[in-house]
Amino acid sequence: MEAFLHQVFSGLATGGIYASLALAMVMIYQSTNHINFAQGEMAMFSTYLAWSIVQTGMPFWIAFVLTIAISFVVGLIIERVVIRPVENAPVLSVVTVFIALLVILNSVAGWIYTYTIKTFPSPFPAAPPFGNKFISSHELGTIGITLVVLVALYAFFRFTPLGLAMRAAAQNPNSSRLVGIRVGWMLALGWGLAAGIGAVAGVLVAPVIYLEPNMMAGVLLYALASALLGGIDNPFGAVVGGFLVGVMENLLGAYLIGTELKLTVALAIIIIVLLVKPSGFFGKVLVSRV
Amino acid sequence: MSEAMKNPTVKLAGVLLVILAATALPFFISNYRVFQFNMVLVYAIVLLGLNLLTGYNGQISLGHGAFYAIGAYVAAIMMDRFGLPYWSTVPAAGIVCFVVGFLFGLPALRLRGHYLALATFALGVAMPQLLKYKHLEAWTGGVQGIVIIKPDPPFGLKVTPDQWLYLYSLAIAVVMFVLAWNLLRGRVGRAMVAIRDHPVAAEAMGVNISLYKTTTFGISALYTGVAGALGAIVVQFVAPDSFQSGLSISFLVGVVIGGVASISGAIYGAFFIQFIPNFADHISKAAPWAIYGLFLLFFVYLMPFGVAGTIRWAMARMRGVPV
Repeated sequence: MEAFLHQVFSGLATGGIYASLALAMVMIYQSTNHINFAQGEMAMFSTYLAWSIVQTGMPFWIAFVLTIAISFVVGLIIERVVIRPVENAPVLSVVTVFIALLVILNSVAGWIYTYTIKTFPSPFPAAPPFGNKFISSHELGTIGITLVVLVALYAFFRFTPLGLAMRAAAQNPNSSRLVGIRVGWMLALGWGLAAGIGAVAGVLVAPVIYLEPNMMAGVLLYALASALLGGIDNPFGAVVGGFLVGVMENLLGAYLIGTELKLTVALAIIIIVLLVKPSGFFGKVLVSRV
Repeated sequence: MSEAMKNPTVKLAGVLLVILAATALPFFISNYRVFQFNMVLVYAIVLLGLNLLTGYNGQISLGHGAFYAIGAYVAAIMMDRFGLPYWSTVPAAGIVCFVVGFLFGLPALRLRGHYLALATFALGVAMPQLLKYKHLEAWTGGVQGIVIIKPDPPFGLKVTPDQWLYLYSLAIAVVMFVLAWNLLRGRVGRAMVAIRDHPVAAEAMGVNISLYKTTTFGISALYTGVAGALGAIVVQFVAPDSFQSGLSISFLVGVVIGGVASISGAIYGAFFIQFIPNFADHISKAAPWAIYGLFLLFFVYLMPFGVAGTIRWAMARMRGVPV
């Protein structure tokens, strides 16, 4: 029972990371209907950035905030420069651009930081909190930060005029433009936010899986599975999906199939969700008009 | 010459000339170069298959490396575990991949655009892990992979094994290209394109969308599997890590750069993905992918129809046709 609870809690912790990355994807999907394949590599790059800043001797939390801020700006710039020109292009062009971003970010990271695996410090104490046996401080911290991010985002979208404008731009770009919302900039802002959330996910996962340019491939796949499971157009669903997938991954890995087929589990989740319930648990069912 | 380019006889003569030159090629270059050009042929078949699916039928696949891997493993297992001759593995790999592709095409029916790209992407990423799976190790050789022995030329022909394999691949490539051209110019090809351009209208015209889409998926996988088997024999080695998701991405790069929805584009794309990484490797280990990425962006923004499209455009300009 103890081992089982331990698996559940550490599943919730990795689930928090999937949830953050899934949330970043939902942000972009909601406003543009694009699935950002480069989300994982953007997060990876942010994590390297955090590593560099920590290396200069800056305290962890300042580096953390700085990384999120820089990622936000870079995400904004990527949207403006790279994504903007293909806003109305066919799907294949958009996917190709995302893939191009993915490989460029990946190889530039390899170029600058080399492919050797680096350790990344955890900001949380090594000893488990309150002397419990089920959950480590880093795991608890990860869950906590994910929830804080979620609440902050909810408050932003629900209670600020800018959040309202962003929701409006995503829902009905034409009418939004008529009432004076700068739709293009709202999309860019969405990308910036997504990049910032991705940075959070990267920094939280790096102490667990170590830092290297390909670290995010598995995480990205699981985040995609989470986003789909929860409903790709629902931020709340993405978070629930993230936690669910995290726990599922851990329990399946510990009791059923071992760790060798972890990526295959993600593939299976993606295919099953798409087959059985393409809109996920909380997503809107799409109806197309002839 | 500009008027003559439109004439089908001239076109046919041009194609025959290219095939003739390609046949003569291995007798003038080193064995290593023969190997490289052999891989160009292999990639050309893959890109043609992927183009049938993505270019003509509008189904995006970021996971064709998985079908390539299956084809390669079918060949390796048949040759290594059962001692079957190399030439028998190519059709077998094609058939196995057709079935797998057809089956994968069934769930793919419900997915469009980004979702399909997503599902196939997951397939490509998960494939190496599946190949390493311990219960399949007796067949696949696990992480170690399988070493294949290079076949000798038959009938006592006075050519090196590399030259023979090249000629064999060339023959298969020519057959595959003729079949694809034949498929695309008729009723089936028109139906495929109609489904890509306007599924509702296509259905209203009586096109059985599900059947066409899954079959196209199967045929595309068949092409990729045939190429995978050839590639395994040429490289003489298969291992899970040769089929990482990067392979699928190279295929997409090849299609976009060669030219989406173009038969000749497959050849330009194959040259690109075979030779550009070689040049780029001299700069840095990370450079090939950075260069791939930059080329992708460049083509999407400035030459969305790839090399083939640009050549077509230039020809039309030379003829004075307004474009």
